[in-house]
Amino acid sequence: MNHLFPNTTQPHTPAIANLSRRGFLGASLGVGAGALVLGVLLPTGFARGQAEGMGAVAPKPGTRVPAFLEINADGTVKLLSPFIEGGQGINTTLAQIVGEELDVDPARFVVECAPPGPDYAIVNGLRLTGGSFSTRSSYAVMRRLGATAREMLIRAAAARLKVQDGELATEDGRVIHASSGRSLAYADLAADALTLKPREDVPLRDPATFRYIRKPVARLDVRDKSTGKAVYAIDQKVDGMLYAAVRHATHFGTEPEGFGNESAVKAMPGVHAVHTLPGAVAVTADSWYRARKAVEALEVRWSKPAPSGLETIAADFSSDGMLAALKSATGKGLSAETEGDTAAAFAKAAKIIGADYDAPYLAHAQLEPPSSIARFNSKGDLEVWLPNQMPELFQAMAAKTAGLQPDRVTIHSPLLGGFFGRHFMYMTANPFPQAILLAKATGRPVKVLWSREEEFLNDALRPLSHSRFRAALDAQGHPTAIEVRTVGEGPIGRWFGAVFKSPLDSSAVEGIIEKPYAIANRGMEFVKVAHPVNIAFWRSVGHSMNDFFYEGFLDEIAEAGGKDPFALRMDLLKDKPRHKALLQAVADLSGGWRRGPYDAPDGNGKGGKRARGVAMASPFGSETATIAEVSIDGGEARVHNLWIAIDPGSIVNPAIVKAQVESAAALGLSSALFEQVVYQDGVRQSSNYDSYPILRRDHMPAVHVRIVESGSPMGGVGEPGLPGVPPAVANAIAAFGNQRIRSLPISKTRLSGV
Amino acid sequence: MITITVNGQSHPVDVEPDTPLLWVLRDTLGMTGTKYGCGIAQCGACTVMIDGQATRSCQTPVDSVADASIVTIEAIERDDIGRKVVEAWVSLQVPQCGYCQSGQVMAATALLKETPKPTDEDIVDAMTNLCRCGTYNAIAAAVRQASA
Ligand code: FES
Ligand code: FES
Repeated sequence: MNHLFPNTTQPHTPAIANLSRRGFLGASLGVGAGALVLGVLLPTGFARGQAEGMGAVAPKPGTRVPAFLEINADGTVKLLSPFIEGGQGINTTLAQIVGEELDVDPARFVVECAPPGPDYAIVNGLRLTGGSFSTRSSYAVMRRLGATAREMLIRAAAARLKVQDGELATEDGRVIHASSGRSLAYADLAADALTLKPREDVPLRDPATFRYIRKPVARLDVRDKSTGKAVYAIDQKVDGMLYAAVRHATHFGTEPEGFGNESAVKAMPGVHAVHTLPGAVAVTADSWYRARKAVEALEVRWSKPAPSGLETIAADFSSDGMLAALKSATGKGLSAETEGDTAAAFAKAAKIIGADYDAPYLAHAQLEPPSSIARFNSKGDLEVWLPNQMPELFQAMAAKTAGLQPDRVTIHSPLLGGFFGRHFMYMTANPFPQAILLAKATGRPVKVLWSREEEFLNDALRPLSHSRFRAALDAQGHPTAIEVRTVGEGPIGRWFGAVFKSPLDSSAVEGIIEKPYAIANRGMEFVKVAHPVNIAFWRSVGHSMNDFFYEGFLDEIAEAGGKDPFALRMDLLKDKPRHKALLQAVADLSGGWRRGPYDAPDGNGKGGKRARGVAMASPFGSETATIAEVSIDGGEARVHNLWIAIDPGSIVNPAIVKAQVESAAALGLSSALFEQVVYQDGVRQSSNYDSYPILRRDHMPAVHVRIVESGSPMGGVGEPGLPGVPPAVANAIAAFGNQRIRSLPISKTRLSGV
Repeated sequence: MITITVNGQSHPVDVEPDTPLLWVLRDTLGMTGTKYGCGIAQCGACTVMIDGQATRSCQTPVDSVADASIVTIEAIERDDIGRKVVEAWVSLQVPQCGYCQSGQVMAATALLKETPKPTDEDIVDAMTNLCRCGTYNAIAAAVRQASA
């Protein structure tokens, strides 16, 4: 469970008083946090009046119909979405929810990301696309919005037709007066309807009559995305713009101090100017390719990094050294979860086991490299096109960079060519400040595009982390206590620490705490050791590694106690009907649990051996159970099947849920098998997909998804498919009896089969 | 001045001869359906058809294709096989973020032109473009559907 927003059904309690801490948004680039930025993040109504330009009187988010809906003469409905579409299907999902209550076929919706504004702060008083929050945070609000708008249209029709509201019905975009056979299109009523006062008590549709919600409605953007018509940030162009290519310091934190060949570079074809930026150099030119050739030809003198230490990325910084520092950290831990008496349980134990787990830094490697356009108009107002997951925050930071008030900054938030957490505010990892500085310097609109190499050099990373486990077993091999010490740092603490204030960083320990298993005595602690590396949210955040740690160790407990890992989990879940049912569901989906190794089902006995591993996770308000089927070939793991049962409580679009679970599973497998960003001598060793391998078709397993709707509160969908995959694969490898993977990626280890 | 033929139309372009075709398409001609992903022929986002062959345009100097017929995603539905591929992509709801899909559709069309009934192995061999959203299974299913 991610605690960024502890409870989506309760009004958020603002916890902001002291805003001075440096860490909130970082201070690199000299555009660090101010009250202005925090004003943007504040729940609506709280100090909103002090947030300049945001409007002193804010409506309750998600209630003002005209802020969300435009009904067009051609029968289409434009929906301004609080969220940003990046492949997760949120545009279609919202069209289904609103269309269901408004009574308009979702296929006739055109969904666009709304501009900044208090109406859209519907994730607990904030606006963001992330944390698998979009559908669950907006489901009730968007249903009510659609129903409220429909009722206004009915009242407008009643006035027009001079009948009672109760005599009217609606049918796919029309108000119908059955007894007289008259009807009016929504488009003809929209202007009148919007002048009416919305009613707050409009009844919602009976779910038994849903036509769109819970149906596999086709996604709205699929044709454009199949024909090259979808427009991403990288595809934007404005009149008179210059293209900029940048080169960042290879050694993060160092600064350009001079050039050896500036005049030669300036003379290259199409070059407009050579620039220095914080931590980078840039060339502006009349095409991006020319700009890039020129910036790569620049001879740059860089300042020297600190010789050593972990305060900055020092000359001798390495990911191995960082891991060693985490492992040897002696600091006292903060309690993340305590239950029972672990000391007593360990004292009485028949057997004690322990193990260390770790996972590496990861890059997002979304396929669209980041870009931004900045343009000042003649009055000095700024317009920015940029990939982002939080428009208001990016607006505020763009304003800060430009030295303007936010109301003079227009933000365009295009489709994202993949994000997985990439497009939050990571300061030096966002290109928009460079675009603004270069537009100022050149007096022209500027488009900054990072080459793939610059992206690998400068992306903010999923933090490397380490956890040390200990378990006590009784004479029957049953676990009586578990202890974990997790060392590292999470992105919530880094980027929202000053807002949320909790000393315990939920994003560092989620997946280790709040597991459903009945182990009576538990002591989980967290030791914060800050990374000098820019760290990020990465699909499923802490769960992306912590469930691997915990579920791997739980298999070790089973092994030490002489128990089957599936049977042990069932036993530990005997008082958890929801989890038990889900674990049974995934076993059924896979044809019944069997661990193996067994002969591959190829019919001739020559297919080698396969084995299976199981894992559970409780990410983002949903529950998952995962089984992986693996063989070992040439020292490498090959995953043939993934069976995933997911219980998000209830759903909106089963096809989108399945697609998201498969997508998350692919990313989870990619991270488990291949991915790591390695630092050596202070420099990242990956610069493109050849040195940062990601999952390709030849390693894509069959993915089988079963959705279980338990009726529990709605959970997230975009991320939860991921966390169970790495441990299920590692546990399957362990079933061959030769090795236990405790450190990712698996490709570091040469495996042996039976 | 180099003249190239894109989707049946010739375009004189004033660029250095070693400029990758990708950037000529995107920045000089404004045809942004062809995507930049890696620039080093690793990802396939930039795939176009050159004389019917799937080709990674980021590693194709523009002067090497002056006499060739270049087809990009913008013209895919003018091609009979391309149209079938797009219909399969839509009916199986293949794309997620969609960023890789121009290249995937081009690669699939080129495959089916060459091999109208590809085996699963043919698909693995020909469809090597990366998809960070993990749509590989949906892509394979759509290629099979388009070949039927
Ligand atoms: S951009 Fe050409 S292969 Fe990646
Ligand atoms: S659909 Fe996103 S990269 Fe393929």
